[in-house]
Amino acid sequence: MSGDTILKVSDLRVEFAGRRSSTAAVRDVSFSLGTGKTLALVGESGSGKSVTSLAIMGLLPRAGRIARGTVRYRGRDREAVDLARLSEKAMRRMRGAEIAMIFQEPMSSLNPLFTIGDQIGEMLKLHGDPGPAERRKRVLEMLELVEIPAAARRIDNYPHELSGGMRQRVMIALAMICKPALLIADEPTTALDVTIQAQILDLMRRLQGELGMSILFITHDMGVVAEMADDVAVMYSGEIVEQSATRPLFARPSHPYTQGLLVSIPQPGRPEGERLVPIPGTVPPPHSMPPGCAFSPRCRYASQRCDVPVALVEARAGHMVRCIKTAEIAAHA
Amino acid sequence: MHETAAAPPLISIRNLSKRFETPRGTVHAVRDVSFDIPRGSITGLVGESGSGKTTLGRALLRLIEPSDGQTFFDGIDLNTLGAGAMRAMRRRMQIIFQDPVSSLNPRMRVHEIIGEGLRAHGLGDRRKRRDMVAGLLAEVGLQPDHMSRYPHEFSGGQRQRIGIARALALEPEFIVADESVSALDVSIQAQVLNLLLEIRDKRNLTMLFIAHDLSVVEYLCDKIVVMYLGRAVEIGDAGPVYRAPAHPYTRALLSAIPIPDPERQANREILAGDIPSPLSPPSGCVFRTRCAHALETCARGEPGAHAVSANHTAFCKRIEELA
Repeated sequence: MSGDTILKVSDLRVEFAGRRSSTAAVRDVSFSLGTGKTLALVGESGSGKSVTSLAIMGLLPRAGRIARGTVRYRGRDREAVDLARLSEKAMRRMRGAEIAMIFQEPMSSLNPLFTIGDQIGEMLKLHGDPGPAERRKRVLEMLELVEIPAAARRIDNYPHELSGGMRQRVMIALAMICKPALLIADEPTTALDVTIQAQILDLMRRLQGELGMSILFITHDMGVVAEMADDVAVMYSGEIVEQSATRPLFARPSHPYTQGLLVSIPQPGRPEGERLVPIPGTVPPPHSMPPGCAFSPRCRYASQRCDVPVALVEARAGHMVRCIKTAEIAAHA
Repeated sequence: MHETAAAPPLISIRNLSKRFETPRGTVHAVRDVSFDIPRGSITGLVGESGSGKTTLGRALLRLIEPSDGQTFFDGIDLNTLGAGAMRAMRRRMQIIFQDPVSSLNPRMRVHEIIGEGLRAHGLGDRRKRRDMVAGLLAEVGLQPDHMSRYPHEFSGGQRQRIGIARALALEPEFIVADESVSALDVSIQAQVLNLLLEIRDKRNLTMLFIAHDLSVVEYLCDKIVVMYLGRAVEIGDAGPVYRAPAHPYTRALLSAIPIPDPERQANREILAGDIPSPLSPPSGCVFRTRCAHALETCARGEPGAHAVSANHTAFCKRIEELA
């Protein structure tokens, strides 16, 4: 693990136990997140992007387990640990202090019975309590940092007294209060209106600059990816199908799924009358996965050759693609 | 497809308002909104949470009773019709909901769901209705043998297709689609958007498409109505509104859309704060508390309609200075 990498996931496989057999929701996932950088994990429902983030945090539901792979994290003390092998007790010390997470729906992540000040302060209590007076002072500073207006009054509000955008700011304050080195943001703006989303993305960028944290950004929105990420991993049906720095990925999308995704999104300012090109069909259910490439049933380039497992290979320097036809498709385009 | 001088609009909404009485006071969910929906066109109604767009869609179909104003459907004021006459009119207008899961009865088979309206209006016999359902399924891209299945056997995109087939069953002239693609993954969303365009072209349908996603609305719609806090703030043909938005709110809204192209990152106009409470909306222009261009005059008196160009109106006192 090189010095400027904070998180290195290698060959991760997550399985969920079913009644008869188990299903692999995440397969063969590897990526690195550079210190101070933002990596976007992008994909649709069932792509495995959220399961990947829960596996990193050690928060998989009971039926799920990491079946293979390592999650190397380089902490504050500069010593790398494998989060996948950490005890629950050690993991609990990591969460909040080293690695924090924010979710899509702030209302369901906040406790309705406690004031926001108490909930944010609770994090400080868990990680070396500085005492009530200092706690309140630091919570107030944090609320001001995330730009909650009239923070001195808001600190004693309950979650239901805040708007959706304010609640997401509270979630960010809660995540940032112990100054974590890594923030995992799982669709943090998906439930918000577009003008509020712009505020929150702006805030996250500013905090990243000021606090130097690294962000693993989980999203389905290619627009948010283009705006926020340094690097991108596109997931489909539990696997990474394409991975590169953000600009090259948008300039030369190389996997048929990424290409399909980009032409199926309505973009502002497209020529009038031009129809979107949808990806036909739907994601295969986990119990009837095709034998080879998971995207092949929906792929316009698919042939029998695609019915064998496909590896993620480097198509160009730093640009990884999981498709045996990358060269042909590039020539075709 | 577009409005011509000869054809009067299918829908004309005039000064429509909807108030809700709550223990904490009166909520003006929709206030004095007027616009036309030209025949065979798709008009987009956009706005963020709390803008009143969903309430407006329902009030104009009289799924909830409007507090004031008129809705003319093909020249008939719906709000003057009695229950029997309204029921007969309902055949001509339908709604497609956002959530294809909760809007389909899980205990009914697909042919019962789609054929329910036909049965309620006493159209055809059992066999005839089955044939009609088979035809509707084919039209929305499903298989005739899907009709004996239950909703849970379908994916989200397929369920939305069932909702569309149900809406089409009575051959309506007008459809309100309320956030009908918002719950779908993007690769599926494009399928459903193209289906809506096909159906519009084939049946010459008139549609009100309610959505918060401005890129989707730009793709689908011929005309746009932008709402903020219960008011229409900008109304116009889609091209001009998107290319040259006149109202400061529309400008901020459009500049906030994340563009899926790292080379084209726009200079964002980031609005401060949140939408105010509809219990105590600001005096004068409802947007003034978040508007970077607000003057003292904006607090006094309603902004009124200002023509930007033909078929393009903005409700802002300062549009000439800001242009």
